[in-house]
Amino acid sequence: MSDIKGRIHSFQSLGTVDGPGIRFVVFMQGCNLRCGCCHNPDTWEMSAGTEYTADEVLAKVLRFCEYFGDKGGITLSGGEPLLQSEFAHELFTLCHKNGINTCLDTSGSLLNYDVKKLLTETDRVLLDIKYADDESYRKYVGCSLARPLEFLAYLNEQNIPVTLRQVIIPTLNDNAESVIFLNELRKKYSGIDKTELLPFRKICQVKYDDMGIDFPFSHIPAADSEVIKKLEPLLTK
Amino acid sequence: MEHKNWNGFKGETWKNEINVRDFIQTNYKEYTGDDSFLAGATERTQNLMKNIQGLFALERQFGGVLEIDTATVSSLTSYSPGYIDKDNEIIVGMQTNRPLKRGVCPFGGIRMARQACEAYGYKLSDKIEEEFHYRTTHNDGVFRAYTDEMRMARKCHVITGLPDAYGRGRIIGDYRRVALYGVDRLIEEKKKDKDALSGGTFDANQTRLDEELFQQIAFMGKLKEMAQMYGFDISKPAENAREAIQWTYFAYLGAIKEQNGAAMSLGRVSTFFDIYIERDIENGVLTEETAQELMDDFVMKLRIARHLRTPEYNELFGGDPMWITEAVGGMGEDGRTLVTKSSFRMLNTLYTLGSSPEPNLTILWSTALPENFKRFCAKVSADTDSIQYENDDIMRPHYGDDYAIACCVSAMKIGKQMQFFGARCNLAKLLLIAINGGYDTTSGMHIGPQMDVMDADKLDFDKVMERFDIYIQWLSRLYVNTMNIIHYMHDKYCYEKTQMALHDTDVERLMAFGIAGLSVVADSLSAIKFADVQPVKDSKGFIVDFNTVGDFPTYGNDDDRVDLIAKDMAHRVITELRKTPTYRDAVHTLSVLTITSNVMYGKNTGATPDGRKASAPFAPGANPMHNREKNGALASLNSVAKISYDDCRDGVSNTFSITPEALGKSEDERITNLVTILDGYFSKKAHHININVLNRETLMDAYENPEKYPNLTIRVSGYAVNFNKLSREQQREVISRTFHEAI
Repeated sequence: MSDIKGRIHSFQSLGTVDGPGIRFVVFMQGCNLRCGCCHNPDTWEMSAGTEYTADEVLAKVLRFCEYFGDKGGITLSGGEPLLQSEFAHELFTLCHKNGINTCLDTSGSLLNYDVKKLLTETDRVLLDIKYADDESYRKYVGCSLARPLEFLAYLNEQNIPVTLRQVIIPTLNDNAESVIFLNELRKKYSGIDKTELLPFRKICQVKYDDMGIDFPFSHIPAADSEVIKKLEPLLTK
Repeated sequence: MEHKNWNGFKGETWKNEINVRDFIQTNYKEYTGDDSFLAGATERTQNLMKNIQGLFALERQFGGVLEIDTATVSSLTSYSPGYIDKDNEIIVGMQTNRPLKRGVCPFGGIRMARQACEAYGYKLSDKIEEEFHYRTTHNDGVFRAYTDEMRMARKCHVITGLPDAYGRGRIIGDYRRVALYGVDRLIEEKKKDKDALSGGTFDANQTRLDEELFQQIAFMGKLKEMAQMYGFDISKPAENAREAIQWTYFAYLGAIKEQNGAAMSLGRVSTFFDIYIERDIENGVLTEETAQELMDDFVMKLRIARHLRTPEYNELFGGDPMWITEAVGGMGEDGRTLVTKSSFRMLNTLYTLGSSPEPNLTILWSTALPENFKRFCAKVSADTDSIQYENDDIMRPHYGDDYAIACCVSAMKIGKQMQFFGARCNLAKLLLIAINGGYDTTSGMHIGPQMDVMDADKLDFDKVMERFDIYIQWLSRLYVNTMNIIHYMHDKYCYEKTQMALHDTDVERLMAFGIAGLSVVADSLSAIKFADVQPVKDSKGFIVDFNTVGDFPTYGNDDDRVDLIAKDMAHRVITELRKTPTYRDAVHTLSVLTITSNVMYGKNTGATPDGRKASAPFAPGANPMHNREKNGALASLNSVAKISYDDCRDGVSNTFSITPEALGKSEDERITNLVTILDGYFSKKAHHININVLNRETLMDAYENPEKYPNLTIRVSGYAVNFNKLSREQQREVISRTFHEAI
């Protein structure tokens, strides 16, 4: 095995909301975006975290195999796992050798040679489409909308199953247009077999406070479950 | 041997000898379907339950005890029959002559009976005081024999919760025998056993056994009389399901009239009942609705069972639980599941009658259980927080497939094994005593081997371990000897005649020791090993606090560096305990269980090297310390799963609280995930888990507004409690525990 190391923020042994079944979630350190709604600001800084080899992480994952059932496995989240694609590829390859399902939770803002290689070992992608318009994307995310759309098209081409996700943020995207946009993507790409609307929550405020930085969306109220219930029927496909 | 009431039942072995297991194995029908067949509560059930709810409310208004009969010594026939609503009860029988009226059981100890009466504004009658002036109780006997050192160990709480002031409990009679065979047959078999002694040598052991058999036979006679008072002849086998349940209940009722043991567990009756219920349904005697009604009425009786306790006892255990533990499910040795429709019916009482801490429903979980049953259990857990799970796959090889659970986590073969209950020792406190060379800073007592206070700027792991071993050796020997005295005296002055009559005469005995503070000790030793622990001394030169500098791995993160210390501690303790012989050659066993007393243990223990402050609560049972888990719920489960069941054959208790959101988005997902977690945890050879699926906010609201949550049930240790019955301190401790939340 190579000596590539991954920078990791933390591990969560019981993930039930980041992919199918029960997941061992690895939060990668470092992110290229600065989403206003981000609930893990402590994963942004590229040089922080702890270094692990893929073997070391695999050893941890293997301790939880008994809990995976038929659907569970590993999920790489972050931070942005695509920034450490070589490491992620190596880890996923090892996981596959051990029969462990692999899942990638990403913003889809990068698509280079290493990312494409990583996707060959990825069983599912949880892709965040944060807004339906390019302006919002540039303003609140820090990249163009074209990037994740290009990424999505590539996933579809490669027949990789996709769970589409959107955090519903009051006043910004808690509207029909935004969800209809997601629905159009569902119609266009057969690989999207699941779509999740997640309510914007503010429990991350303490992390921002601890770090002494502003939570960009601190002025926005948390989304209540009623909004989600109202929007969900628009996902008609 | 044949009996007309056995018509339709197959098999021969069980007819020719007392063998309930064989009866079950040859006659039960496994059920692998789902819960859709279940019926709801009938109108009669609902009315009766309403009646009981009213009594519960009244009991609460009266400060927890509705009424005490201070003039009668509780026994099988000492009260006239009592009813809730005579014409509408299907299963009858009360401990005293009125529901929730408590009787006194002075044979375990009159002092406790007296104090309990006084605490609730009553006075134990002169008649009983006078009578017991000329009698020796178990409590009297124990204190005659205790050595000074035992008294000191008890007083400074390094050994604590000893069953020396009331009934020891933790014995499960095979109450089913009364239903299957009728009392006459049981008496006949016991007489044979007694006669068989005549050729032997009447040494102390045999003479004691001979007298015990006499008492067993006499009390079987009393049991018949008791049933007769309610209009039932239980000398013959039960004829139908209603009788089978009634006979079984009478046997249990006799036991709890005679004994006020802390844990008076029921055993494993659901699948036994199922055989009778299925026969009746086939014969058109019962419908699903009336079958459920029988189960409901039986469970209502269990829910109103009460013993008279002191307020201090209630405070320690969070209300006045009786640990009426019923083991449900499990697999048979032949590979068939022991799950029947009545396993579902038993769990269904949590819907028909509402959630409740009692009976203490315990699922014997196997990865091989039918998927439908697993899912139903998970649903019941998520809906009611009222059930616990224990690993059938690791218990079955030791106890076969007809064992039950006494109290919280103590497995025993029904009718073939009994337990000498041994409370627990406080291992964290012992560590501090060791470091201080035989001085307990909280009580100011010198105890154990006397040595110098460990003198160093920084504690050295090897030296501490060497020292700790000496104290573990000392305490283990003292602990076994103390237990030997207690159980000698209990047998002598407060023998469980009814329950032991429902055991084989040649019974195997287990002596169950326990440790508290395992996670505190593991983390403290980890701190000493991996960080710098600097002792802080008081003016007298004793170590009263620690400055711990640097990081160290903590138990609960699936980190072998510290988890193996925890595992090793349990191993060291049981190994030492085994070196001192036990009373009646009982097999030494060990549990890691604190019940709710983890708060009390903490109160009596000084600051520890792991950073825990003096008097702060311990984690319950084998749980990691609160909020030291950094890698999520499963890592915590993995840590606990490493404690070996071979070392801790009396159980390893783990309480797990998770928010619904952390378990999954939809109800279906939550059920699937909970089943997967249980399968995973138990396939790692873990022993026990309590599941609470609830939000911390709910508990905080219940803390502030108890009236809004009269029936909020939560699992706390090896049992469930009504949240409102916990002391304020215990409530705060439960709220402060780790809740595994969605990320």
